[in-house]
Parts: sequence; structure tokens; C-alpha cells
Amino acid sequence: MTSRIKHFPGTSLGEKDFDEGKVLFVHDELKADYAWDTGIGIGSYLAGLKRGVILGSYCAHCRKIVVPPRTVCEWCFHPMNEYVQVKDTGMVNTFSLCYVTWDVQRISEPEIPAVIMLDGASELSDSSVIMGGILHKLGEVDPQKVHIGMRVQAVWKPEPEREGAITDILYFKPI
Amino acid sequence: MRKVAVIGAGMTRFVRRALETPKELSWEAARMALDSCELTMDDIQATCFGTAPDAFDGIHMNGEYASDGAGGWGKPYMRSYVGGGTGVFNPIQGWYHVASGMFDVVMVVAEEKMSSFYPHAQAAFVTIFDHTTERALKPNLLWIFALEMNRYMTTYGIKKEDIARVSVQHKRNAANHPCPLLGEADITVEDVLNSETLAWPVQRFDVSPVSDGAVAIIMAAEHVAKRLTSKPVWIEGVGWHLDSAYWTNRDLVYPRYVEYAAKMAYDMAGIREPRKEINIAEPYDPFDYKALHHLEGLQLADRGRAVELYINGTAAPDGNMPVCPSGGLLGVGNPIAAAGLMKIAELFWQLRGEAGDRQVPGQPRRGVAQAWGDLMQVGTVVVMGR
Repeated sequence: MTSRIKHFPGTSLGEKDFDEGKVLFVHDELKADYAWDTGIGIGSYLAGLKRGVILGSYCAHCRKIVVPPRTVCEWCFHPMNEYVQVKDTGMVNTFSLCYVTWDVQRISEPEIPAVIMLDGASELSDSSVIMGGILHKLGEVDPQKVHIGMRVQAVWKPEPEREGAITDILYFKPI
Repeated sequence: MRKVAVIGAGMTRFVRRALETPKELSWEAARMALDSCELTMDDIQATCFGTAPDAFDGIHMNGEYASDGAGGWGKPYMRSYVGGGTGVFNPIQGWYHVASGMFDVVMVVAEEKMSSFYPHAQAAFVTIFDHTTERALKPNLLWIFALEMNRYMTTYGIKKEDIARVSVQHKRNAANHPCPLLGEADITVEDVLNSETLAWPVQRFDVSPVSDGAVAIIMAAEHVAKRLTSKPVWIEGVGWHLDSAYWTNRDLVYPRYVEYAAKMAYDMAGIREPRKEINIAEPYDPFDYKALHHLEGLQLADRGRAVELYINGTAAPDGNMPVCPSGGLLGVGNPIAAAGLMKIAELFWQLRGEAGDRQVPGQPRRGVAQAWGDLMQVGTVVVMGR
């Protein structure tokens, strides 16, 4: 029917309409505070980070080691109740050079988020599925020299400053 | 299962910021859909509603809040929500309402108002990242796309200037749409490559815009559809499928969840050779590379080779298999749930030969629409035919 309809509803507004007070609006801020329990799987992960090690969980049924650790294997739905240490080295599976912060502020020096495939986690025969993949950032590197396949290692916070958080790893740097 | 047809459709313009509220946008689209098949709310037995995260509106239970505009009052009414995949899941929900024999006539409404989140909807997306293992890194929604795009193009050696062809084609197509936010008849690959770099390899024109808008369709059982219209468009197949909740464990090169959803829909539709049997494709295109990713998942191109459809003209409106003749999310706009249902409405109009300036030639018989969402892991697919 679109070919027969001439007028479509929907009134477009611009920032000017707000600035010039042409439309009324209500501004409000929502306050929402949370305290998330870290749970068993991720709780173990964070405790490991505080000690300076990265843990994965092992599925005794389908023999996979995955990071981050979890209590159930989503492939076979058996429990994953064994934690194993993987290495703090790995390979850049993919990366970006990001010039925008999470709340859309422009930055001139890019952040370098990456999916890092940690050594010691399982590699499936279908290698595109990344059992040891975690999200982190790269540092101590010229952004233009980062490439997929680059070998990297975690740079840890000094031990007294670690608090059991993903940020106990400051970033990964090339090796 | 009973046969189910789409018999009417309506939509609002897609705009960066609409004066109208979600209720008002929903009502405008719903009224147009009802008018298009000469029905009234009294004829509608149930309503299916779709809208994406409550975080955009800052209203908890936004589906119920918007229900008066969406025609939910006094009826079996339910909101379904699978993130960005919602707009193509809503008609699946409508389909099983009717196919099951529960209802003869159902209205499906999808609405999104992203502009309320101030100053930019982007920041609302931070809550899709794991609060313990990821959010502390202050992630940006663009990261996921940039990381996936880089992995995809590097794995297959696809050039950015070729991926930009997708954005150019869709925005040009949208110039012929009556409701677009970013229809641009003269845009070129250079324009895309010269646009601001947001999160390399993603540049501004690689991304669909934040938008407000609503779309509605009317679905009916066969015996009703045949009485009401001489041109019912049948839902021939539906499919949906979910990948891992841990996106960093996922295959970032190939969307297997789209493949499984597509195969489910193709099996139901009796399609054995989708590349020969699908005449129009409306894959989900919030980013240009995503259209390519999804065309491969939909089995409409070999892995890593979907871009050839754009290079050799197959994907053009007058090509053998037009892709996003509507203009897609990149051109018409991306009010999340509404954008997916817009693709269903587009197939409805195209298959009936009512798409006006953007009508593809050759009297297409079958089309496929697909959306993608949740935590970037769901594929939703609908095959429609006349």
C-alpha cells in the first residue's frame, strides 16, 4: 500500500527545537545502585586474578577448558566444577582502534579493545570458536602496529593494589 | 498448522527524534495497518508487541505502558523481546498465534523510541556487557561490531572500500523510500571512507543511525485472508536460534546461529536452493559488514563472498536478488524493533507489487527477512511468498 499512501505520520524534531523551547520535555535522572554477587564461577575467576593467575573451568564430560570460568558447560549441560590455570599470554583474535568512549565522548588517542585468545584454553577443531577468548585492552603498543595474530601478555597491577577484578590486569602488551 | 498470511501493513517515518511518544507512534502505525486492509480494532483478536530495551525509554514494562497505542487493551496481549532480533521475531510470535488455531486475526506492532535516552542512546547499551568481567573496562557498543568486523574482513581479506558498497547501496535504495532517515541518492564509497572513524574499522557511514519509529502488520488465517484480500502474502517459513551468551567465546567470522535459523525457516518453506528460490533478501544491516555476515548465514552467498553480490550487481534493486531494496537500517533507519518489522512490511509491499518507486522488477515471488540481536547472538528469520 505504500505506493498509495502520500502522508506518513511521525514528526521530526531537531536539537534546535529543544534549545529554542519549541517543544516541552521532562528531564530526569534514574538512580540505580546495585551490588552484584560474583557467584561461584566468576567469583573463582576474580579470586584468581587477585592472586595474579587466570582461571578457566574444565568440563570433565566434553573435556573443554573455557575462560571465563562458569559452573555449567553450555555445550553438554554437565557441571564444570574444576578450575584450571591458563596462561596470561595469548593471541589477539581481533581488535579495534576506538576513538569514542562508552558515553560517546571523542578521544584523540584510541583505546584498543581486543578479544584475546588465552594460551592453555581449549582449541576446537573448528578454531573460529574461541574457548579462551576474553575482552580486554592492549597497551604499550603503537596502535598502527597492532595486528590480528599478535602475541600478547597480561600486565598486572602490583599485587597490593589488586582487588579481585578484571581491572587487576591493566592491559595486555605485545611480547 | 494453519497457513498464515500478512494482509496489511503500516509505518511511521523513521526520524532521529520524534515528537510523538512510543504510544503515539505505535498507534499511527497500527491505524495505517488496519486501514490498509479495511479492518478495525474490533476485528483484531490478539496483539503482539515488540520494543527493545526498557533502558532506552527509562520505563519499566514499556510494552505494557505503550499498550493503549499498540491496541493491547481488552485483548490477549504480549510483548516479545529478543533485542535487535525483536522486529523479525514479533511476526513469528504473530504467526504461531494464528498457525496454532488460537486466533484468526492478529495485529503485530513494533515500536522504538531511542532518542529519549539522553544525550545519546549509545550509553544505554553499556548494560549489555557483563557487569563483572567486562563493564569495568568501560566498553562501548561499537567495540563488539568493530571487533567482529575486523575479524571478518581480515579472515577473508575483504577490503573496506568493498564493504562500503553495502552502505552506499542501501542508502541509495532508501532515497526511494517514503519514510527514510538517511536516504541519499548520490552517496559514494568515498563519502563512506572519508566519514569519521569511530572505532576502526567502523566509520560513521558504516553504522545505522539512532532512530524513532513504529511499524505494524496484520496477520490472518487462510480462510480470513482469502476473504479480505486478493493478494495475501504468506508466511512460508520461520526460524530462530541462539548462540553462546559469552560473546568472546563466539565464532566472530561466521554467524552460525543465523544459518540454523535460516535452515529452520527454509525447511518449513520447502526451500532447497535458497540462492535460486529467494528473490529478495532483507538481511539485518545495522552495520554494512553485518549485511554481508548475514547473507552468508542465510546461505545466500559462500563464506567471505557476500560482498561479490554488491560488486557484480546481484544485490542492486534491478539485480537477480535485490538486497535491502527498502534501504535497510543503514538507509531507512534503525529504530530497533520497528526496523526489523519494517523488513517484513517491505517484503509484503514488494511481493504485492506495491512498493512504489523502489519496486523491484520481475514480480518477485519469495523473500527472506532476518534480524539479529539479544547479546549479539540471536538470529530470527522469516520467509514470505505469494
